Amino acid sequence: MENLTWTGTLGTILNPALLAAAGLFAMAVVLQILTSLVVEPYRAQTLPDGRLSRRGGAIGLIERAPQYLLWALILIVLGYLVGGVVAPYGKAGIVGAISKQLTPVWIALIVTFAASIRYKRRLGLYGKLFDSTVGMIGFGIVMFWVYTAFFSSVGGIIATHDPLSQVSGLKNKLPGTAVPNATDFAMGAHYLLGGDNLARDVFSRMVLGSWEVVKIAPLATMFAFMVGITLGVPAGYYGGKLDTVLSFLANLILAFPVILLFYLLVTPEIVLTGIPSYMAAVLFFFPVLFATVFLNARFRTDPMKRNVILGVVVGAMVWAYLSLISQPGTVMNFLPAAADLFNIPPGILVVFVSVVFVNSPTVFRIVRGLTLDLSTRDYVAAAQTRGEGPWYIMLWEILPNARGPLIVDFCLRIGYTTILLGTLGFFGLGLPPESPDWGSTINEGRKLLSIYPHPALPPALALLSLVLGLNLLADGLREESLRD
Amino acid sequence: MGLFVLRRFGVMILTALCLTFVVFVLTNLEPNLEKLAKTQGNARMSDEQVETWLSNRGYHRPVAVKYGEWLGVLPGYVIEGTDGETRGRCLRGGVDPADAARFCGILQGDWGFSTVFKEDVWKIVLTRLGQTAKLMGWVMAVMVPSSLIIGVLAGMREGSKLDRSLSTVSIVTTATPEYVSGVIFITVFASSAVGLKWFNGSATSAMEDITFLNFTLPVMTVALYGMGYIARMTRASMTEVMTAQYIRTARLKGVSFRNIVLKHALRNALIAPFTVIMLQFPWLLNGVVIVETLFNFKGFGWTLVQAAGNNDIEMLLGVSVVSVFVVLTTQLISDIGYVFLNPRIRIS
Amino acid sequence: MTEDTPILDIDRLSISFFTRLREIPAVMDFSAKIMPGEALGLVGESGCGKSTVALGVMQDLGVNGRIVGGSIKFKGRDLCTMSAEELRDVRGSEIAMIYQEPMASLNPAMKIGRQLMEVPMIHEGIGEKEAYARALEVVTDVKLPDPERILKSYPHQLSGGQQQRIVIAMALMSKPTLLILDEPTTALDVTVEAAVVQLVKDLGKKYGTSMLFISHNLGLVLETCDRICVMYSGEAVERGSIEDVFDKMRHPYTQALFRSIPLPGADKNARPLVAIPGNFPLPHERPKGCNFGPRCDYFEAGRCDQGVIAMSLVEGDDRHQTRCLKFEEIDWDAKIEAGETKAKAAVGEVVLKMDNLKKYYEVSANALFGGGNTKVVKANETLSFEARESETLAIVGESGCGKSTFAKVLMGLETATDGKILLDNREIQGTAINDRDTGTVADIQMVFQNPFDTLNPSMTVGRQIIRALEIFGIGKSDAERKARMLELLDLVKLPRAFAERMPRQLSGGQKQRVGIARAFAGGARIVVADEPVSALDVSVQAAVTDLLMEIQRKEKTTLLFISHDLSIVRYLSDRVMVMYLGHVVEIGTTDQVFSPPYHPYTEALLSAVPIADTKVEKKHIVLEGDIPSAMNPPPGCPFQTRCRWKSKVAGGLCEREVPPLRTLAEGHQIKCHLAEDDLRRMEPVITIAAE
Repeated sequence: MENLTWTGTLGTILNPALLAAAGLFAMAVVLQILTSLVVEPYRAQTLPDGRLSRRGGAIGLIERAPQYLLWALILIVLGYLVGGVVAPYGKAGIVGAISKQLTPVWIALIVTFAASIRYKRRLGLYGKLFDSTVGMIGFGIVMFWVYTAFFSSVGGIIATHDPLSQVSGLKNKLPGTAVPNATDFAMGAHYLLGGDNLARDVFSRMVLGSWEVVKIAPLATMFAFMVGITLGVPAGYYGGKLDTVLSFLANLILAFPVILLFYLLVTPEIVLTGIPSYMAAVLFFFPVLFATVFLNARFRTDPMKRNVILGVVVGAMVWAYLSLISQPGTVMNFLPAAADLFNIPPGILVVFVSVVFVNSPTVFRIVRGLTLDLSTRDYVAAAQTRGEGPWYIMLWEILPNARGPLIVDFCLRIGYTTILLGTLGFFGLGLPPESPDWGSTINEGRKLLSIYPHPALPPALALLSLVLGLNLLADGLREESLRD
Repeated sequence: MGLFVLRRFGVMILTALCLTFVVFVLTNLEPNLEKLAKTQGNARMSDEQVETWLSNRGYHRPVAVKYGEWLGVLPGYVIEGTDGETRGRCLRGGVDPADAARFCGILQGDWGFSTVFKEDVWKIVLTRLGQTAKLMGWVMAVMVPSSLIIGVLAGMREGSKLDRSLSTVSIVTTATPEYVSGVIFITVFASSAVGLKWFNGSATSAMEDITFLNFTLPVMTVALYGMGYIARMTRASMTEVMTAQYIRTARLKGVSFRNIVLKHALRNALIAPFTVIMLQFPWLLNGVVIVETLFNFKGFGWTLVQAAGNNDIEMLLGVSVVSVFVVLTTQLISDIGYVFLNPRIRIS
Repeated sequence: MTEDTPILDIDRLSISFFTRLREIPAVMDFSAKIMPGEALGLVGESGCGKSTVALGVMQDLGVNGRIVGGSIKFKGRDLCTMSAEELRDVRGSEIAMIYQEPMASLNPAMKIGRQLMEVPMIHEGIGEKEAYARALEVVTDVKLPDPERILKSYPHQLSGGQQQRIVIAMALMSKPTLLILDEPTTALDVTVEAAVVQLVKDLGKKYGTSMLFISHNLGLVLETCDRICVMYSGEAVERGSIEDVFDKMRHPYTQALFRSIPLPGADKNARPLVAIPGNFPLPHERPKGCNFGPRCDYFEAGRCDQGVIAMSLVEGDDRHQTRCLKFEEIDWDAKIEAGETKAKAAVGEVVLKMDNLKKYYEVSANALFGGGNTKVVKANETLSFEARESETLAIVGESGCGKSTFAKVLMGLETATDGKILLDNREIQGTAINDRDTGTVADIQMVFQNPFDTLNPSMTVGRQIIRALEIFGIGKSDAERKARMLELLDLVKLPRAFAERMPRQLSGGQKQRVGIARAFAGGARIVVADEPVSALDVSVQAAVTDLLMEIQRKEKTTLLFISHDLSIVRYLSDRVMVMYLGHVVEIGTTDQVFSPPYHPYTEALLSAVPIADTKVEKKHIVLEGDIPSAMNPPPGCPFQTRCRWKSKVAGGLCEREVPPLRTLAEGHQIKCHLAEDDLRRMEPVITIAAE
């Protein structure tokens, strides 16, 4: 069995082209920036036929060259990916093989984009995202990782090897090394991105690591938002003592260096004391509280209807809440096993709780600021003059109108949570050491970084791209929501 | 103004008290104490031995009392142990019980004794902080000017190609936490795999002697993450200012673009980023911890990790006091600076 | 250059904005000429493109805007083809511009002096000393007190009126040949506006500057300009000299515009307001042919909706042109068809009574740093009046007069400090809104000023009205409430389909109608209308005003109409209450308040209102200085700092004592120290010249 090269036969044509395009692109961008600092911006004139005049000459060329070269670059990269999917395994090298392995993800992405663009006018803010290039790129990257995570963990189809199994002889081997006993060129015949210091497949670990992020980060962010909103809206609306106390508490948490907090909270010893369970009991109660107040405010005028709706919704939420915090083997264990819907491993719970805890004060501050601004609006005054209760005004008149900035911040905050999770992994806190999550993998890989960078680099780049995707997505959303 | 600073000072002290108390409670939880006993005494101690070890050293008393002693508002304990030795908070280093001070908490300048480093916390904090100050200083020197320049250049003509290029750069850097950029930098510039080997992958030698070789990568790593954030803030603030009515006024007065940016926009645009830069300190502290761990630079952040990993209670408290102090001071500076930069709220 | 060359010659100018989806034409086929020393008024409603013309002249259309046709010649040179550098030389030195928000136009972080000195230093290359001397001179010219101190201060340390004067000074620093003023007084109070307008007029004469004066207010244009150009939906529809256009208008839109504004000189029965039907067309939904066609009374299908309509000259007048095909056929002097004169419902019982109402606030003196010392702001001082069923009581005053505070106390959003509010003889002054019973809350409702803020942007129109019904406990089931909601939409003359719409899909006037429907949801008996039409376009104002009055007639509502616009107040109210700095300075029936004897403040207020009628002659009373801050009111009579009659009262009484409220005639009270004689000697401010 041969080892794979990076690009295989496809590379003989594409590699030089890529190199040339990339080099020229870099030069063109620098040149363009330099000229833009010196040359005045062009004042386009309207031509008689209605088109606009373009700047000609060398400066015009410099202004347009990066665009053409960027397109060339994109085409070449697409060439690698499509070539990999189409060509037989092994012919297109490591890049090709990875691309082939990711085929389901590509298909899912294409379907998502095609459907979304087709119906974008009917999809509200989500649809408008597809008007912004930045937003589309961000969304594409995020969905790439979401699909990858989903297919590899739930579908079990992306990873080539088990993330924990060790194959002897592949310790710290370079990308593309063939697995010793594999017989033919097929999936699993190679460690596509090499082996780590325990001879496990780096590619499979990276792919499965995405699941750890995708399953924790959005959920934790959501809880942080629930806490932040439930406390931030009244703080901003009422002001006064309540605001002073809550703001002081928020600043208190924010003044804590995050890492110190993590080191104090996310340890096995703390898990033993049950503090995370208590914190979970408090933090997870906020969504229930929020839903109760939210629905009550809306349906208070019709007690019958309110009782039914509250009964059903809050009942379900309370059950979910109780199952969430009740955990066999911890201080909180009161639900009989039959009624307990799900259990969370204590390691994950403490990570989850501390991430929510760290994020909530920032959300609180944002929500408080938005509320302060929105409470001066006339429609709030109109609600007051018809005698609405304060909670209706807060949750139905103010909150829906703060959704734009909150959605944007939600995306950014998922990215930040991803970084926090990585930090935890990097310091070996919380998650079990063999877990394939990106932070832990980077932590393990960094010890031999100057000799074997390949185990640490893929998760690092993966994390980078996911956070970048989320940031771009947030940018696109911000841009589009401001356009109204 | 004076009253304002005084009030802020009060809030600051209250915050510091609350935070240290939280740290105190968390580190004094039973499992943590047990761990401390086993690491300090003997890993194979029986439960009873742990019990006596802890009571002999005064750990088994109410948290509030212990906290008071640490603060220096309650007299330090003196316990005649079951092993016959007399230990006391103020008796460290063989001081005769007769001459010992009654109070020896942080108010008396006694920061306690580190169980990991076997040294006075105050001394460790001082030396380690000195090391980190060097790192921070360089980071600030690199990060602040470059991010402000990037932000201003990008924001002065919104939507231009320069803006798009620079915004792309800054959005990428905000998506790159220190542990990612550090890994990439070491791989590219210091590993044998790529072979450039321009810089050192470790900054241990920088503790004695800072050179371009051993300090570039750690400084770049910390600076990069903060840079994108500040640059984006500056850009946002700059674009907002550039669309303001008074910039149009200036333009229609015939002021040249250069002077619009330099004379009219810059000062207004830098008010917001100033606050951001000051509030970056808590974040920088994180970065410093990661980078010091990654590059093996034994500064303040590295000390924090060591202390936390071994439940070194007094060391951790010392570390929290210092970091809380840093964070709150910067907040205070940011508030005062904001007032000075912004004539609209300056009061005669 | 001879005397005949125009300063500004705009020829068939077209400007478009380009969005991702389409090109939006903002200005089409616009021509105008301004001769040396001439002032041209550009009038139109919001969105008609008048500001775009100004920015086009300045060549500052932003990234999306572009001139797609025509030329703009300034002293014979085409501005569109100038290089950036040439433009810079022209801007500020030869053409200067002043716009709406004075605070936003000044750099907050730069001292006033610096900002002024910059102009001649750039354009004339003079030194700092000389520039400072010039700045001092110009600041004195704009009649600002203590110029040296002002040059040293930052913009936020000045009041709104002072800031606008500084902006004017800045524009005059290099003695430009053309001054463009884009709604320069909209953000200012009426009395301050009058002073600024006077100043602009005087300085224009002194410096010999030509002016392009952009405004939505016909009265202002009449006071300041020689010629006028009326714009509608991106096109100039009529232009000519002030006299021609005001008295011999030849375009249906101009006529409709004049008919929809109330004139204080005219009787409301003889000359009722006529609203322009329909809505302003969106820029990308303009009709074919005449843009005004769908809303025009003289519309003729097959003729007015065909092809491009060009400007045609009105024979005999001085450069008078109109963009109407039928202008020679229309009978322009025909009397307005007075719709059926609706009998006003008789005024009934006293519903609401205020007795010595006081509202004081405690404000910390130092907003940022908190701090211990607080100040008492007396927002309302001894307010007493009664309002009856079916009556319209207008509350008039400028900013800081306490009218909004009064509304808040009445609504129960704040509780009174002292005094009584009696609703049907029940005291409600101390009951906050949440403690009031549903009936009381539903009885007193409010219509808000800003139509863009009055509806919750993320709830459908129908839902918002239904919510009010739910709260007021009207209707037993959802279906009943829905039916009632649709009836309410009928009441305010909105199509029922609007129930499903989001507020952002509605125009300003439509939103205001929804706001009115919501206020009447619980069968309100007292409605506080806080400047309900001041943010609307002129043509819509009339319709909304009429609607309010019609509902009032139907529901026998007591209307408390808060406004600063005396024309509209005179048109619709039965009684008027004038407020200044928290005090009621005059109260009486409309006729009593609008004719002498006046309170000195009322007199100044009446004189300050611009009136769009060439037949009206007005006394010019320009008040000195600005309205004092409510935080820091003057001692004695609140108005004494600006009163022109003060010298008539002996012994400085005005500075020491707040005058008592005296009754002059049945139901007419004023708060003034002036002797009976002096009051009787007052002349009417507004006189209508004999025809």
